[in-house]
Amino acid sequence: MKLKAGQPLYSVTDDTTLLVIRSADRQVSLTCGGHEMSASKDTGEKLPMEGPAGHGATIGKRYVDIDNVVELLCTKPGDGELALDGVALNLVAAKQLPASD
Amino acid sequence: MNLSMLLDMAADGFGDRVVLGRQDSGLTAERVRAAACGGAAMLREQGAGALIYLDVNGPTFAVALFAAARAGIPLVPINYRLSAAQQAQLVAHHPRATILTGPEGTQLQVPDGTILTTTQWLAEATSRADTVPADGSVAESSSPAVVIYTSGTTAEPKGVLLRHDNLVSYVLGTVEFAGAEPGDTALVSVPPYHIAAVANVITNLYAGRRCIVLEQFTGEQWLELVRSESVTHALVVPTMLARIMSADADHSVPSLRSLAYGGAPMPTKVIEAALLAWPSVNFANAYGLTETSSTVAVLGPDEHRAAIGSDDPKQRARMSSVGRPVPGVEIEIRGTDGTGEALSPGQVGRIWVRGDQVSGEYAGAGSVLDPQGWFDTRDEGYLDEDGYLFVGGRTDDTIIRGGENIAPAEIEEAILALDGVDDAVVVGVPDLEWGQRLESAVVAAAGVTLDPEAIREHVRTQLRSSKTPDHIVVWDELPRTETGKIIRKRVLERMALDDASS
Repeated sequence: MKLKAGQPLYSVTDDTTLLVIRSADRQVSLTCGGHEMSASKDTGEKLPMEGPAGHGATIGKRYVDIDNVVELLCTKPGDGELALDGVALNLVAAKQLPASD
Repeated sequence: MNLSMLLDMAADGFGDRVVLGRQDSGLTAERVRAAACGGAAMLREQGAGALIYLDVNGPTFAVALFAAARAGIPLVPINYRLSAAQQAQLVAHHPRATILTGPEGTQLQVPDGTILTTTQWLAEATSRADTVPADGSVAESSSPAVVIYTSGTTAEPKGVLLRHDNLVSYVLGTVEFAGAEPGDTALVSVPPYHIAAVANVITNLYAGRRCIVLEQFTGEQWLELVRSESVTHALVVPTMLARIMSADADHSVPSLRSLAYGGAPMPTKVIEAALLAWPSVNFANAYGLTETSSTVAVLGPDEHRAAIGSDDPKQRARMSSVGRPVPGVEIEIRGTDGTGEALSPGQVGRIWVRGDQVSGEYAGAGSVLDPQGWFDTRDEGYLDEDGYLFVGGRTDDTIIRGGENIAPAEIEEAILALDGVDDAVVVGVPDLEWGQRLESAVVAAAGVTLDPEAIREHVRTQLRSSKTPDHIVVWDELPRTETGKIIRKRVLERMALDDASS
């Protein structure tokens, strides 16, 4: 699928929800727990998770692909591992910006 | 992307943390969500087209913002100190509004709307909280979340439309989710109809930082509240910092770690005094406009310390810079000659900004962004070679004296640098010979008698004679908005009155 900044994505294996912060200008395969994530909130009955559990997304954390092009924000946590085109996503370190308000 | 999503994240991520009000009696993130859902249900029943907030700042303001978001209507904070006629003029733009007032109510007549006090509304919203499901929000990311009326220091107030996209982009770009330490407390002392109050509600909630409010500001009360509530973070406008520093009170603030300031130009004298008084506090200078969803540039703590401790004139000058753009924001200086060409570092021109948080849209007038998405701040300034932004003043305030463009900010800064001068303004008064001539009003520090001739002499040697005010008067105070902006049209009115009676 083609991602769009501001778009929410829903896991079909667990509760994981992501928000697209930066997208790539190409078709990508974004998976959670081994299954393609859905642009629709109505994901129906959850599918069994594939791949390693316990490496899932944490609420409020940002994740990038290996080329640092696609960036996603976790708005609901889950256990399924995140991957883009089959390669696991990396956690982004917290940024340091002085509190301005 | 809408504000409800941010509240949901906070409630899911740290629902039992107190985020609004006092530690023992305040609302947790989960209770804020529940009250916002209850409030949204009421707004839907009333068929409200907007939620108008007409009271002092308080926890209800935050709940109102998120309730309006969940109901898919804008929150419209209006200055409760405006006359009833002025309020009516603004309220007329928002049919079928629900209006929240202070305990004294309002004289406004709104046959198609609903009027409640903030206390009544919060009680009702909270009582419904447990019966209303936390259902999905109906607000589209492109719908207006907030309408803020500009203070109108030079012209009629304009309603700035901030869409969910603008505000969420600002938060995601500048704040780390749940990034606050347990026990962190933010003190807000700006009124609710100021963009910084709106930004504070959202960023503190998203960071997981408890937020308390000082309704009626005095320097003494601010200092006392910082100590009694162990405040770690605060935001002030320059006039507030000046009053805090000159307050005849205990200035110790052991819990304070971060102090942000903005909203109007900060006199160097005031910020230097604060830096010397509180060496361990992290200072941040934030520059932004209502139209840009608050902060677009920040000068951080390390840069403040480097500037005050330095003998290098370039480092030292950084004290009066507003820093560099926040993530996701671009800044460009453009010429004012009509070609709109981008200028080089050091060249003074008009400040333009671009980014997802920039709205640049007015109710009833549409977007004023250029085709590439840039917004003209109408502020004058320049970037230095390292990308630090220096803001001169409003181009609308520029005085044209005998064909020469003169920015009052530079002259005001020169006068303010004098010992014994607490406040200063320079305006252009209509003049038959020069088109406009320069006149100034100053305020003396307590116990000081100022000599206008000596001030003129100082300006003449610092700048030049064409930038020296022809006439300087000493007043008790200058007309400023509550958020510290000088109301220049009122300065001119008073000068004209004084002239007529002399």
